[in-house]
Amino acid sequence: MKSPQRFALAGLTALALLGAGCSSSGSPSSSGGTDWSTVTAASAGGGMAKLVAAAKKEGTLNVIALPPTWANYGNIIKAFTKKYGITVVSQNPTGSSQDEVNAVKSENGTSKAPDVLDVGMAVALVSTSLFAPYKVSTWNAIPATQKDPGGLWTQDYGGYMSVGYNSAKFGTITSMSQLLGPKFKNAVSLNGNPTAANAALNGVMMANLAAGGTADSIATGVDFFHKLKQAGNFVPVQATNATIKAGTTPIVINWDYLNTASVVGQGANWKVFVPSNAVLGGYYAQAVNKTAPHPAAARLWEEFLYAQGAGDGQNLWLQGGARPVEMTAMTSNSTLDKPAAAALPPVSGTPVFLSPKQATDAATYLAAHWAQAIK
Amino acid sequence: MAVAATTAAGARPSVRAGRRPSAAWVGTVPFLGYVGVFLLLPTAIVIWNAIRNPVAGGLELSNLKLLFDSAERSYFTGSLELSAGSSVIAAVLGAVLAYAVASGNPDGIVRRLYLSGSGVLAQFGGVTLAFAFLATIGPTSGVLFHAGWYYNFPWGIGLIYAYFQIPLMVLVFLPAIDGLKVQWREACENLGGSTWDYWRHVGAPLLAPAFLGATLLLFANALSAYATIQAWENQISYTVPQQIYIAISSEVGLASNAADVLALGMVVMVAIIMIGYFLLQRRAARWLR
Amino acid sequence: MAALTSVGETPLAGHGRRQGGMQAGRRRRLNLFRYLTFTLFGLFFLLPLLATLRFSLEGKKLGTWSGAAWGQIASYPGLLSAIEITLEVAVITCAVVLLLLVPTMIWIRLKVPGISRLFEFLCLLPLTIPAIVLVVGLAPIYNKIEHYTVSALALFWVYVILALPYAYRALAAGLGAIDVTTLSEAARSLGASWFTVMFRVIAPNMWQAILNALLLTSALVLGEFTIASILNYTNILQVTLFDISRSTTNAGVLFSTSLAALLFAFALLLILSYVGRRRRGRG
Repeated sequence: MKSPQRFALAGLTALALLGAGCSSSGSPSSSGGTDWSTVTAASAGGGMAKLVAAAKKEGTLNVIALPPTWANYGNIIKAFTKKYGITVVSQNPTGSSQDEVNAVKSENGTSKAPDVLDVGMAVALVSTSLFAPYKVSTWNAIPATQKDPGGLWTQDYGGYMSVGYNSAKFGTITSMSQLLGPKFKNAVSLNGNPTAANAALNGVMMANLAAGGTADSIATGVDFFHKLKQAGNFVPVQATNATIKAGTTPIVINWDYLNTASVVGQGANWKVFVPSNAVLGGYYAQAVNKTAPHPAAARLWEEFLYAQGAGDGQNLWLQGGARPVEMTAMTSNSTLDKPAAAALPPVSGTPVFLSPKQATDAATYLAAHWAQAIK
Repeated sequence: MAVAATTAAGARPSVRAGRRPSAAWVGTVPFLGYVGVFLLLPTAIVIWNAIRNPVAGGLELSNLKLLFDSAERSYFTGSLELSAGSSVIAAVLGAVLAYAVASGNPDGIVRRLYLSGSGVLAQFGGVTLAFAFLATIGPTSGVLFHAGWYYNFPWGIGLIYAYFQIPLMVLVFLPAIDGLKVQWREACENLGGSTWDYWRHVGAPLLAPAFLGATLLLFANALSAYATIQAWENQISYTVPQQIYIAISSEVGLASNAADVLALGMVVMVAIIMIGYFLLQRRAARWLR
Repeated sequence: MAALTSVGETPLAGHGRRQGGMQAGRRRRLNLFRYLTFTLFGLFFLLPLLATLRFSLEGKKLGTWSGAAWGQIASYPGLLSAIEITLEVAVITCAVVLLLLVPTMIWIRLKVPGISRLFEFLCLLPLTIPAIVLVVGLAPIYNKIEHYTVSALALFWVYVILALPYAYRALAAGLGAIDVTTLSEAARSLGASWFTVMFRVIAPNMWQAILNALLLTSALVLGEFTIASILNYTNILQVTLFDISRSTTNAGVLFSTSLAALLFAFALLLILSYVGRRRRGRG
């Protein structure tokens, strides 16, 4: 019968098409040199020059969940490519930290797997089995509480939870309780779903602290949003630059580096404030994929991010409105970009950072109560 | 008769009646294999992950307890509410529209426009539909003032769902209306029946199975819809697909195989609906062939 | 089917009115109903599309006009390549859908009609298994595929499955309208091979249904988001549009691209409906 043969032909054609569109499989081997996937510091691998050479040879770096406007990542990627000539493939820019970890698992063994991760602390702490230990050259400039002693993860940048708003429409806002007022109908939005997104969870926690709650229980915060919804002031639409421009989400609760006027695409009318009684901070963390397809490029990326030069990662993050983890050290040795530092939103009051237990408890409470409160 | 005389190169010798089934099955193997790998296997993987014990390696049916948590139950009822509401309304409206289309000139421009439009809009969901509605109701759109009502669940979102449900209804139900033979209408009139009599005794019973089947299809379609509601408002999770996505990608969440368990629940729910659809389709086919 | 023009509402029959008068009255009522329906539904469907059009012509400041967003379809970084790749995936998906379904459907109709129920069930199954569920189970399978290629073209494997229900319905309608048994037996008795029967005798007789299936498949691929996004294929059209929506202030390009895709698909379907008409005479 001819038809089964036709099917075979079709199948072969399909496979050939697959092969035609393909790139190399598996991870490239470093020919005759160091196996960078086990190197824990640049010095152990033969020094920065060797690292740069090996990374250039690999030629590609896979990153994931790095939106271009998030803490200036767009420019960071461009600067890295310009400096070393390595192509950066950016996967799933709108992904969450969990998406990054999922990708590491589901793309394991392919040339597409992410080489490096930038994840929230909650996800970092439970995913250490996927990370490779690596200590950057500037390891000692990073405070001890902000890195894993073995180098599995290292905090990179952070900010404070803030409220960004259109001051032309609302005047000046100085406290969270004002948002419950009648002139804020259909105005207030979060960055995502608090039962899923780190930024949104911290937004609710900030409201919690501002309303008098403690970091140990987020119930007051959920109650605040319940009141907000009852008053008709809560908008469940994901706030983006476009929705802010269109006026659909004129007030956004988000990290301060995501709420700066330039990032949001607004002009002088866009103001940002951090409640003085609710200074909630949060840092993200870098990690290297243990089974990275481009191990040398991954480590070079880390070196770049933690370098203190004028066009390197730390200052580029600062220019994006985030606080780089080496900020204290860089202030001492005067490598900090002073104008950028001065442009950071002013913060008064004692910052609060959630401990892992507090974050988990908050997540549990939200999972059980958020949907009901917000209906 | 002449089947034996084939010139197919490399063909088997002439197939006798007794051997026919085994030879004929070969033709369906590629299809079955393809569907097996890319449809049945993933579904099986999901179901297996939902009920297994990742540590000890055996069956662990207590995983399914998650489905009965009050939070999870609310997602299922939310899904059912939204899907039932949007599909019933879309089915009725779509049937009316389908009738309007069918009762016109079969070669006319109107029928073509509406059929082509339906073919396109039935797929127009997700991200682009959410944007279109944001454009329609935003405060600066000038079209409709900023209607917070659209975020209302389930009717606000149901209206957005109707945007692709109604075209789907038209596509699915139109052949049934086309199948109503004009002779039946004329016969009814000859016997002295009015329009109402026609619809009550002839039209409605004939169309009922097809209508119900189409409604069920819309229902299953709405249950599965994910991209639209996710792109529209994502700060609250109302439906099971949204919750499955959260279970996969939550950076603050907890349960490890929640996604698979919820997926299993969805599969069961939808399977029940589709069995009903098939039974109804058989009824409909009998009348209209 | 042409006679359906006369179907419609009617005043009570047999009340001493002439046949012509009854027809006229009925038709008037029917036409009124049709115009009303088409107007209302037309407004409902057009409104968001018009709003999209208006936003696609939005300038940098609210209230100004600019055609820039339409030009950006070609110039926005990553968008054109996403459109290209998605179209390529659509083409491959269409080809595989046809190669998979047409011979199988003809085969089943001729040789194994007993499993046509099972076949129909399998074809309609993807409508009921949500993409979000499917993609959860697909991850390990795509891991194997990604060992060979990381190109987004590999999405065709699963898109064929998603397209099955729509393609099946279109092809089944076409197949049902022709007498497959007679045609195939006639061809076979003249000495044709099965290949000839399928591709040179039967398929040409259902080419309209085939085109319909192709268009529905393409529309599906162009609109697919969930699976591409969760499998991390960033360069698929809808995923690119979604990423753009999260990162840009001027969302004009989103609206212009969506509208362009819609109009493109609509135009194709409309043309198809006209091309089909001329063939009607062949019966």
